[in-house]
Amino acid sequence: MIVLAAVAVLLPFAAAFIGMIFGPTISHLLTPIARHLRHTAPESGRARGLARRLPANGPALVAVLPIAASTVLTAVIAVVQWQAPKVRTGTLTVVQTGGVPFGIGLDVDGMSAVVALLVCCVALAVQVYSVAYMRDDPRYSSYAAFISLFTAAMLLVVLSGDLLVLYVGWEVMGICSYFLIGHYWHDRATSKAAVKAFLVTRLGDVGFLFGIFVLGMAAHSFQIRTVLGHVPAMPHTTLVAGTLLLLCGVAGKSAQFPLHTWLPDAMAGPTPVSALIHAATMVAAGVYVVARLYPAFLFAPTSLAVLGVIAAISMLGAALAALAQDDLKRVLAYSTISQLAYMAGGLAVGTRDGALFHLLAHGAFKALLFLGAGCVIVAVGSNMLSAMGGLRIAMPVTFWSMTVGFAALAGLPPASGFFSKDTILSQAWHTTKQRGPEHVPAIPAWTGWLVLAVGLLTAAVTAAYATRTWLVTFFGERRTPADAREAPALMRWPVAALAVPALILGFLGLGSDHLRPELDMTIVSLLFVLAGGGAVFLIWNRDPALDPVRMLGPVRPLLRDGFRVDAVYTVLVVRPVVAFAQMVVHTDEHAVDAAVEGTGRGVRRLGGLLRVTENGNPQTYISGVLAGVVIIVLAVVVFT
Amino acid sequence: MHLVYPVVIAALLFSAGVYGVLARRNAILVLMSVELMLNAVNLNLVVFDMRWADRLHGGQVLTLFVIVLAAAEVGLGLALVLLIYRNRQTVDVDRLRTLGEHEEEGVRQ
Repeated sequence: MIVLAAVAVLLPFAAAFIGMIFGPTISHLLTPIARHLRHTAPESGRARGLARRLPANGPALVAVLPIAASTVLTAVIAVVQWQAPKVRTGTLTVVQTGGVPFGIGLDVDGMSAVVALLVCCVALAVQVYSVAYMRDDPRYSSYAAFISLFTAAMLLVVLSGDLLVLYVGWEVMGICSYFLIGHYWHDRATSKAAVKAFLVTRLGDVGFLFGIFVLGMAAHSFQIRTVLGHVPAMPHTTLVAGTLLLLCGVAGKSAQFPLHTWLPDAMAGPTPVSALIHAATMVAAGVYVVARLYPAFLFAPTSLAVLGVIAAISMLGAALAALAQDDLKRVLAYSTISQLAYMAGGLAVGTRDGALFHLLAHGAFKALLFLGAGCVIVAVGSNMLSAMGGLRIAMPVTFWSMTVGFAALAGLPPASGFFSKDTILSQAWHTTKQRGPEHVPAIPAWTGWLVLAVGLLTAAVTAAYATRTWLVTFFGERRTPADAREAPALMRWPVAALAVPALILGFLGLGSDHLRPELDMTIVSLLFVLAGGGAVFLIWNRDPALDPVRMLGPVRPLLRDGFRVDAVYTVLVVRPVVAFAQMVVHTDEHAVDAAVEGTGRGVRRLGGLLRVTENGNPQTYISGVLAGVVIIVLAVVVFT
Repeated sequence: MHLVYPVVIAALLFSAGVYGVLARRNAILVLMSVELMLNAVNLNLVVFDMRWADRLHGGQVLTLFVIVLAAAEVGLGLALVLLIYRNRQTVDVDRLRTLGEHEEEGVRQ
């Protein structure tokens, strides 16, 4: 079982290295085989088309096959775990350090098995999709390798049994994200976005690492299970400090306020990367880590309250910002921040299962939305919503899949988002009224009220922007070039396949008492959703040619710039740092360098006194030698 | 023969050589002055060899060495002078000052 998990992690890891080094070579070797198949294939249409497309594409094979195998393995693990739920652990070795030892090993429980399955499914869909999407890209080989490496790192985070090993995966994901955002690095804006993402998440990671240290030192072990076992015995201050430090990293990775600014810019990367990393998996890692270490957070209600406040701000702010965006991918980026905040809110009010449920549902529908957006962008040739419209007829598969995705995003039954969102809102409602389990400190009631109120408002705004994006993209006047057609099959089918879990995943929750929606909360939240979506629809219906968001009027530029948080950071952080750096440069040039150069110049000037004699005429030199000899001889004669 | 005559002649020869090396401007004459100095030394060597008359006649042997060295040195020196003349159209020692340390930085030629 643990071996299966280890193989599932190692397969994409090996694929990354093989693809990076031998990818083009494999293409070379496969070319004759592919040509042979093309010639011998029967004339019948379908098989011939398949043979023609059978890729002599080494990097694609190296990328897709291992991740497919990993998907099968994680599915097996999930099924076994479902039939016989228990925690299975395995440790390869325990590394003795000077202080606290750490073990290299994996833990598989129900939660990690399900999330690992989600990661593999989304990664598989994205890899298949990328084969078509990145077909003409000269650096596809390294792109596919980095996606494989990312998948391996994410699986390591999910399955790791040790905090330090988890941190390794966490950082590898960060660097993969950096490389993949900067895939089109020759564009200045893209490389800037990559650097920004790297620096902002790194800022959070510093806190995260110290949080790990605090918890690990307090428990005298980095094994997650040991740490969690020690939690009730830990001093309260240690727990609060450790969990708050962990929250820094969570806010950075999961793009929560105030470290959320990198995510909208990260959309400069290729669309499949946005789907995999910046929507479905990596950004969910922050939420997952909180869920993994949830007992520690339960004993530190202060941290949960802070998490609730962060979640409330991110939730509503990002949803409002998403409403006013002009760029399809940025709409989805802000909605990702908002949906991740839902999960964080769910954790803050005490429902780990609800948050994970939303994580799974969101992973499915957001990957679907991003991949669908990629199809739309390829067809239209632009990211801008103003260039889209009326694509319903031209792209039926994408249209129906994305309709499911938008319904799930808005929280309309029966799509998955409806169930998971309601679970979180119901739990927030419970938190306001009654205290949770007896053995842990109570979560403050105001956190429940905050998450509930902001969550309901956000549900309305989410429905509004989902409706608006859906209408502007697929309905109304057709503004696209006439040849906008459905994407190729390799891109179309992953999107369609993801629509299935996005639609039905919610019903799985009916099997559990915690996850079943409650009738009163369902009605209230549906009212909010319908109000938000309906308002947008009514405005749009008045004049389908125009963007309904025009009604925002003067607030729109403010929302479009994401409340100008970037500008505030520029004033508060970037300018002082740049000024300080310039001061350092100035000191370096005018104090340090001046001292060094001044020494040299002084010595040279001193040497100038002697240089007068060195005029290049050897006879002068010999005269000097002779004079010296004469003086020595005289001295010898006189003094002896 | 008293020892003083050849020694005085050698001293005069050496002084003439020193004067030539220090004061002449023509490089060939400078070389010849060097030869003069060498031969003054040779004269001394031979004279003192006669005076001491040791078994191995070190003075005479050394003189032969110096003559050979002088021949080699003149060959090399004249070749250098010839090349310098081809490059610069002059063998005036006063005007061949590229080895000097010039005012700033020492890179200007």
